[in-house]
Amino acid sequence: MYLLPTAAVLGPMFGYPLYMLGLLSVFDYRQAQVSGGEPTRFLGFGNYARLLSDERFWSVLVQTVVFAAALVLATLVVGAALAIVMDKASPWARTTLSLAALGAWAAPAITGSTVWMFLFDADLGLVNQVLGLDGYNWFYDKWVTFGVVGATVVWHSFPFVMVTLYAGMKAIPGEVLEAAALDGASAVGTFWRVTMPMLRPLVTIVVIQSIIWDFKIFTQIYVMTNGGGIAGQNTVLNVYAYQTAFGSSEYGLGAAIGVVMALILLAVTLVYIRALYRTGEKL
Amino acid sequence: MKFLYCAAALLALAACAPSTAPTTGGGGDEKTGTLNVWLYDEPNRAPKDKVIQEAIKEFSASHADVKVQVSWVPTTPARHEKFKGAFNDPASAPDVAEYGNTDLAEYAAAGGFAELDLAGEDLGADLVKSATVDGKAYGLPWFIGIRALYYRTDVFDELKLKPPTTIAELTETARTIRAKKPDLYGIAVGGEYTFGALPFVWDAGGDITTLDSPESRKGVKAYTDLLSDDICPAQACASLTGGKTVELFASGKAAMGILGNFSRSAVDAGAVAGKYKVIPLPGAAPGSIAPAFAGGNNLGVMKNAKHRTLANDFVKLLGGKAYQAKMYEAMGNLPTLTGVREELAAKDPFLKPFLDTVAKGTKFVPIDPAWVKIDNSKVIPTMLQKVATKQATVEEATTEAAAAVKAAFG
Repeated sequence: MYLLPTAAVLGPMFGYPLYMLGLLSVFDYRQAQVSGGEPTRFLGFGNYARLLSDERFWSVLVQTVVFAAALVLATLVVGAALAIVMDKASPWARTTLSLAALGAWAAPAITGSTVWMFLFDADLGLVNQVLGLDGYNWFYDKWVTFGVVGATVVWHSFPFVMVTLYAGMKAIPGEVLEAAALDGASAVGTFWRVTMPMLRPLVTIVVIQSIIWDFKIFTQIYVMTNGGGIAGQNTVLNVYAYQTAFGSSEYGLGAAIGVVMALILLAVTLVYIRALYRTGEKL
Repeated sequence: MKFLYCAAALLALAACAPSTAPTTGGGGDEKTGTLNVWLYDEPNRAPKDKVIQEAIKEFSASHADVKVQVSWVPTTPARHEKFKGAFNDPASAPDVAEYGNTDLAEYAAAGGFAELDLAGEDLGADLVKSATVDGKAYGLPWFIGIRALYYRTDVFDELKLKPPTTIAELTETARTIRAKKPDLYGIAVGGEYTFGALPFVWDAGGDITTLDSPESRKGVKAYTDLLSDDICPAQACASLTGGKTVELFASGKAAMGILGNFSRSAVDAGAVAGKYKVIPLPGAAPGSIAPAFAGGNNLGVMKNAKHRTLANDFVKLLGGKAYQAKMYEAMGNLPTLTGVREELAAKDPFLKPFLDTVAKGTKFVPIDPAWVKIDNSKVIPTMLQKVATKQATVEEATTEAAAAVKAAFG
């Protein structure tokens, strides 16, 4: 009963779009169908069959998974490291750091991407001027491009990790740490054996959030590589879905990609939650 | 039990297909009221607006009870959303709309525009074809833009070079320039510059629908040969769009460029103002001209128009002789009517290379919704970029692109 208000909001807000997404994905639904030029045709799993037999889809999927995994790792490492720095630093340094981080967090993705793109501009960018690399195109090589875009994504997302983990560290009772110190544990030992286990629920949330965010990455790639880079070498799944659905007006096929993405993310989340229960932790 | 409910609910829902706009109805033929007109919003709109206001004045004089309301549509891809909205909802549809001729097939397949009678118009066959789908014309070609070869007279004079007359000479000249002046690109070309590359393919006898033919491959090779370290290095040029090549040429970083007549003001505003000339883009054979892409805008009457006759009258007026000439004076757009173009050629020598190119025959993209798909999924840029960056040979890249084109046609 208490869940009813929640359901009333979540149902229309999430249920209907999801339902429409699923519905569109089983129809031959292109611009001609939307505006009534041709009749809508039911395809069953036709769109999915076409998608799964498409080599390009698989290569983009693999690329997305690898890129997202690297991003999650980098975000966590940077976020956790800076959380520790924040924990140990003087109040003055802490304020500066959190202000800088909040600035990055508050920057809209488009603005941040555009600024980073200008920084790495081949002719006029600050980076090339400082490094003396006149005319070096950072968006030419596939992996260099992913590196620059990845740095932008991490820059956008590490503040969340940092602030969450910092809050978690602050919530650890002082006595626990004191006890560890009395037992003669080193700082590193305390971190891995005391702090980390106590932060585990938080880390879980942060990891799942990061996976979902980084898997769905769109703006940074779309803006910085002009929609997928040279010869589409930097395309990720969300950009691919967008180009299919709205670029080529293949709404049905685009919806199918969306459904596949949702299913993958659902699976990731379920696996993670299960793994947690198995180790006896509760979220 | 719960599962059963869900299944039942799903079945009930599955019965309803996604919404589709009505195929019939919409539109009318009212003779009074407000005529709604959508026109593209150009970067410098004021002169265009002035011509339009003149046309409206003339139109109102002969149609007493009619008001004309102009809305400006952005030229960004967002225009598609606006047009799709107008097709889907008759209430929000204008009577007359200007649209890019490469969008035509998609809009025609969506059933957005009404058929127009082009008989008796002073239009070349190429241009009529560019407004026609399945034998029916859906718009009056209003103006076109043609690309030709811009080159730097100061650089050519200094190095004692002659303007190229074949593609081989063009390549050689570009290489010489970069060798002698390493801070210049021999010619500004781009991996994302579809309409810069297509003339090479067309000149070799290839086409978009036969990208893996030996002729097309020859053309693709000729173009991608320019994207090399000794002319326009792939590192810098592979990701350039047509617009970026205009910037490069205008800012004096390139000795040549394949630019349109519509880029004249941009070049004149740059560092090379007064130091350039234009010739038709040469083909492979000596003295030949590579076929140019006849991109431009059409004026169409919407199927959902509420004032069909009035809309037709307005299109005839705005697309007619007098206003095409005025639009050229205001915007530099090439008129589509042959007679008007000939008059202008006599007056303005700058136009000669462009008009010579038109006279040799222009080409167009496939008039099929597939083109929008090919364009949006960047089939041709991907092909050029793969060759330029040596990710694939000409054979591999063209084979792959041809497969993508085939898939787009379905």
